[in-house]
Amino acid sequence: MSRNQAAESNLLALNQQKELEDLPKDYPLSTSEDEGDNDGERKHQKLLESISSLNRKDRQKLAERSEASLKVSEFSVSSEGSGEKLVLSDLLEPVKTSSSLAAVKKQLNRVKSKKTVELPLHREEIERIHREVAFNKSSQILSKWDPVVLKNRQAEQLVFPLSKPQSAFAPIEHVVSGWKAGTPLEQEIFDLLHKNKQPVTEPLLTPVEKASLKAMSLEEVKMRRAELQRARALQSYYEARARREKRIKSKKYHRILKKGKAKQALKDFEKLQKVNPGAALEELEKLDKARMMERMSLKHQNSGKWAKSKAIMAKYDLEAHQAIQEQLARNKVLTHKVQAASESEEDDLEARQAMQEQLARNKELMQKVQAASESEEEEEVQEEEEEPLVPDMVNGVQIKANGLNPWMFRNHFIDAEEAEVQKDLESVEEPEAQETSESEEERAVVEEETLLKEFEERRSLRQKSELNHMAEPVHRQVTKDPSSQEVLSELRALSQKLITENHQSGKQELSSARTAQREEPAREEEEPMLLQRPKRAQTLDELEELGREGCVENKELPRTAVEGLQLEKNLSNHIGTPKEKKRKEQMIDLQNLLTTKSSSVKSLAVPTTVQELEDEEERDQRQMIKVAFAGDDAIRDFLKEKREAVEASKPKDLDLTLPGWGKWGGMGLKPSAKKRRRFLIKAPEGPPRKDKNLPNVIISEKRNIHAAAHQVQVLSHPFTHHHQFERTIQTPIGSTWNTQRAFQKLTMSKVVTKPGHIIKPIKAEDVGYRSSSRSDLSVVQRNPKRLSIRHKKLLENNCVD
Amino acid sequence: METVPEPGSNVPPKKDRLQTKKKKPRRYWEQETTGTAAGASPGPPRKRKRNRELRPQKPKKNDTSKKFRMSKKPRELKSPRPQRSLSGAQDPFAGPAPFSVEVVQKYCRIDKSKELPHPKTKTRSRLVVAEAQEEETSVRAARSELLLTEEPGFLEGEDGEDTAKIRQADIVEAVDIASAAKHFDLNLRQFGPYRLNYSRTGRHLAFGGRRGHVAALDWVTKKLMCEINVMEAVRDIRFLHSEALLAVAQNRWLHIYDNQGIELHCVRRCDRVTRLEFLPFHFLLATASETGFLTYLDVSVGKIVAALNARAGRLSVMTQNPYNAVIHLGHSNGTVSLWSPAMKEPLVKILCHRGGVRAVAVDSTGMHMATSGLDHQLKVFDLRGTFQPLSARTLPQGAGHLAFSQRGLLAAGMGDVVNIWAGQGKASPPSLEQPYLTHRLSGHVHGLQFCPYEDVLGVGHSGGITSMLVPGAAEPNFDGLESNPYRSRKQRQEWEVKALLEKVPAELICLDPRALAEVDVISLEQAKKERAERLGYDPDARTPFQPKPKQKGRSSTASLVKRKRKVMDQEHRDKIRQSLEQQLQKQEKAKPTGARPSALDRFVR
Repeated sequence: MSRNQAAESNLLALNQQKELEDLPKDYPLSTSEDEGDNDGERKHQKLLESISSLNRKDRQKLAERSEASLKVSEFSVSSEGSGEKLVLSDLLEPVKTSSSLAAVKKQLNRVKSKKTVELPLHREEIERIHREVAFNKSSQILSKWDPVVLKNRQAEQLVFPLSKPQSAFAPIEHVVSGWKAGTPLEQEIFDLLHKNKQPVTEPLLTPVEKASLKAMSLEEVKMRRAELQRARALQSYYEARARREKRIKSKKYHRILKKGKAKQALKDFEKLQKVNPGAALEELEKLDKARMMERMSLKHQNSGKWAKSKAIMAKYDLEAHQAIQEQLARNKVLTHKVQAASESEEDDLEARQAMQEQLARNKELMQKVQAASESEEEEEVQEEEEEPLVPDMVNGVQIKANGLNPWMFRNHFIDAEEAEVQKDLESVEEPEAQETSESEEERAVVEEETLLKEFEERRSLRQKSELNHMAEPVHRQVTKDPSSQEVLSELRALSQKLITENHQSGKQELSSARTAQREEPAREEEEPMLLQRPKRAQTLDELEELGREGCVENKELPRTAVEGLQLEKNLSNHIGTPKEKKRKEQMIDLQNLLTTKSSSVKSLAVPTTVQELEDEEERDQRQMIKVAFAGDDAIRDFLKEKREAVEASKPKDLDLTLPGWGKWGGMGLKPSAKKRRRFLIKAPEGPPRKDKNLPNVIISEKRNIHAAAHQVQVLSHPFTHHHQFERTIQTPIGSTWNTQRAFQKLTMSKVVTKPGHIIKPIKAEDVGYRSSSRSDLSVVQRNPKRLSIRHKKLLENNCVD
Repeated sequence: METVPEPGSNVPPKKDRLQTKKKKPRRYWEQETTGTAAGASPGPPRKRKRNRELRPQKPKKNDTSKKFRMSKKPRELKSPRPQRSLSGAQDPFAGPAPFSVEVVQKYCRIDKSKELPHPKTKTRSRLVVAEAQEEETSVRAARSELLLTEEPGFLEGEDGEDTAKIRQADIVEAVDIASAAKHFDLNLRQFGPYRLNYSRTGRHLAFGGRRGHVAALDWVTKKLMCEINVMEAVRDIRFLHSEALLAVAQNRWLHIYDNQGIELHCVRRCDRVTRLEFLPFHFLLATASETGFLTYLDVSVGKIVAALNARAGRLSVMTQNPYNAVIHLGHSNGTVSLWSPAMKEPLVKILCHRGGVRAVAVDSTGMHMATSGLDHQLKVFDLRGTFQPLSARTLPQGAGHLAFSQRGLLAAGMGDVVNIWAGQGKASPPSLEQPYLTHRLSGHVHGLQFCPYEDVLGVGHSGGITSMLVPGAAEPNFDGLESNPYRSRKQRQEWEVKALLEKVPAELICLDPRALAEVDVISLEQAKKERAERLGYDPDARTPFQPKPKQKGRSSTASLVKRKRKVMDQEHRDKIRQSLEQQLQKQEKAKPTGARPSALDRFVR
């Protein structure tokens, strides 16, 4: 009962008034029952009270309500009579404990445990969330169809109604069952197999095995599930406990807890020492490590924030003083040097002495050396100062040289010892080192020398080239890259040649060369007279024009004897410009084209020229005359024509000058050049002409509009570049260019419908899916409010957001 | 010769013995294998003095069957996977039929030289499909080459013997009677130099003499179809799409006759025509006139499609490019101009000769053009874009007439001599070093044409007509649906209808006939621009860079601006770099061309 009350009071203290309102109404809170007691008792009580109240100092006058009145004082409610405090649960509690009260309690508990229910969302918002969820789900379902759609889109031909894809691969059992054993041996084997119910093929299991597998699996699953459940429950209990304990604020509790823990740890450690010394040692190491950390971090000194504040308080506050003391003590404990065990101390002392002696000797040696080298005094002083410190350190580390702190140990040890040892060795080693360094240096020097040599060579080369360069301007040679030696040498040779030519009478040379050149063709075959004649008439102007037309490197073309002559000419004309010669070499020459090296036919039958028909003779003669007189201007005319065509095809500049605008205008007054330049809109340069490098060709740049009307002018959808589209239409599909089968295949219609068949919409079964996807979809569409758990969760998440 | 094996003889153990005893039945595939084997093996030596074979030749069967059995056993051993069937017989040709990659390459049409921008997945799938289709069709085409059973004839001399020394009489002596009958001479000295023309099937021959003699005959059977005298100078004669119609360029106008010699039309708009050409796929009759006009007459509807003024005086040299139906005109100033009816000016003008051009011929692949000029030169030009001469040769008197055969042989008529040059392979230009054949005629050459599908060269000259045998000139296999020499009248009518239905519009004639398979880029760009103008923005333009939102304060306005600026600067830098490169290129181009020529240069030779 009292426990009940306590619980109840607790409850009331914790809970809010609102929650009480939720209590069911069927249990009335009646106070009128108390009034039914008899008056005698009451009076007696009153008397007792008044007597007792006489003793008290601060007497409280409690108003007593004796009669019914309109005015009810709010202070007048008291728990008189019982002498106890009034608690709500008392009010709730009936005289007799009834079973219905338990239910109320339970409800109260539940109310306590439950959190507050949040406000429901807007209807629109809920609907939106529903829609979203439904959309996600349906789109997921529909995405199953993506591969089917893609396949159908890319299919060469679709035949409707869709026929089911035949199940091409029958299971192996069926095949095996269909096959009958032929030979007696096979029959025997099969008999054996069937008798034992052995699998005919390897991966199959016997029915017994299958059954056992099934039976096992269920049990196992159940057990496993139970285990998991238990583990989960345990975990949750533990977590809850930990959380509760963590929430406890009492310092005392925690102190006790800590002490308890420390004791426990000590006990454990002792136990561990007995049971497993190795593990105990490790534990010790850990402790040591903690101590070291402490020493490093200086956590428990009086420099922290807390410590400082406490230090200030310590004068006045005893507790603070104590806390500080405690802290310092702790620090001392933590930072005090660990003393070695008493047995090993003596040995250590000896060792330490030996070390010190050695060090002293070293020092003497060092000092001698120092005397020799005076310049390094300062450093030595510093070293001297350092040295007394070192042995202590060494000792300190050596004592606990159990590999605890290899970092410290190694460093100091090596520093201390090797530094000393090496210092006296240095005097011995130095010459060697010097030697080695010298040899190294030598090597380096050698290398450097070689490098230098190379550099010098290069420099000399460059100087030479520069000299060449200097020399060249005499001949007005300008080369672009002096680094390329070949070009230079070539140029030099050429220039020298030219100089020599200059010195000699160039004319004679040229003429002789020309005669030589002339002999060559003559030797090869008899050139027709027509060919020989025009050579002489070649003018420089034409050459220039050709140069302007652009150069082509086309070495396949047959060179002619005339070319050599031309080159000679070039040389003689522009004697100081051998570069031009090179340029000319690369160019197709119209002259070359027209007077290609050609050999006469050695045909057996030479046409008889005696009897010719009149008209042919006449025509030939006419044309002969024309050739005789117009051989040269054929080329000139052609070039002129070409130039005109080029000019005509060039985009025209737009001149927007208005004569007289902003200036005086009138007859004979021209707008200024500045104005004209300002208002001249230059047309953008078009693409290069197709015949740019072909001197003997004029290719019309005009578009064939009529043909263009038949070309494709719009790129269809998936193509982004016209080359892509062109690839797809480059294969001809007509029967003229293809074999019959290929033609039929290329012109196959994309969709074929069988006449007289109903074309039903595609079903999941048609493409090898199970029908579930479709039914899923229909469910969602019909009843979007019925959602799975997952979706509810999603919905909740959305609400939270 | 062959015996059928006994019905019960397919018991396996006995088989070997049977094979040794009896001859196996010959199967349809055995013939072929022997043929190929014979072709591959050195076979009968070709050193016979004059091994000339004209086209219609049949494989000799006597020795093949023998050879076959010898070669069969190893193949049986070789056969990779004997497939079992119910009867236990094996498929001797397991797997798909073999094909040679080179032949497949010949039929591939997709131009893979053009670089493609990286395609999206959808586009890529389309491209993949297109390429797969191309491969499949080309493989099929390559396989169907098996059906081209005939092989071209050839003429081979003994070691060191010049084939040009072989006379027609020798050839006629060596070949079979049917082929020998194809060599004939028509002595028609009365009506002066003749022009001649073979019909497209190669079956019929029409010729017209200068002095008005016009005749058409089936030259294989020598059956005369018609013979008339038009009482006017005949300059040229040409069959129209079939042998039933005949266009004759007479002194004043162009006349059209049927195969009975009845005059059907007199086209007065084509006057003083000197040369005629018929474009079979476009049904166009191209006429070159003395007045300098090139006129295209559509013979299917009887309208003049285009009359183009060449502005080069009298036109007397004309030929067509069978590959793209472009007309080549030779001019007296040494140029050859290429014309299409859609353009008012020449597509290309090539300066070929120093003097006037006397003859032009284009081979069937449209790759090579042979020209001869008054400078006594014969040149072969490359027509694939560069228009440069591949080879040239000076002839003693120059060639007045040129003709290409279907397989690329070049015939030139020089005075009263005809020379024929051959190339190495099919699509190679004829090498002008050594003539393949020469022949002297009784008169001066006035017209030359190789007969299609027959190894025959027809020469019209002042003494009549000569039909020469030129082994290896013509395509041995004909397309029976396209131009069938043996077709009946009904077939010809059928073909006529089909050809008319497939008539190519005249305006599609251009230099590159595959241009139709290209997108009209200019109008595409134009449409794009117009669309952008109409919409006020360019829907295809790249969206400006929008920095992604980031967290932890890095998406502040300042940092957004900074990021944007970074990207903008990068683009700007790229642009500048590009323009700099362009400038550099320009500067390189615009380098001074050398020293200024001095005034005294004119005195230097």
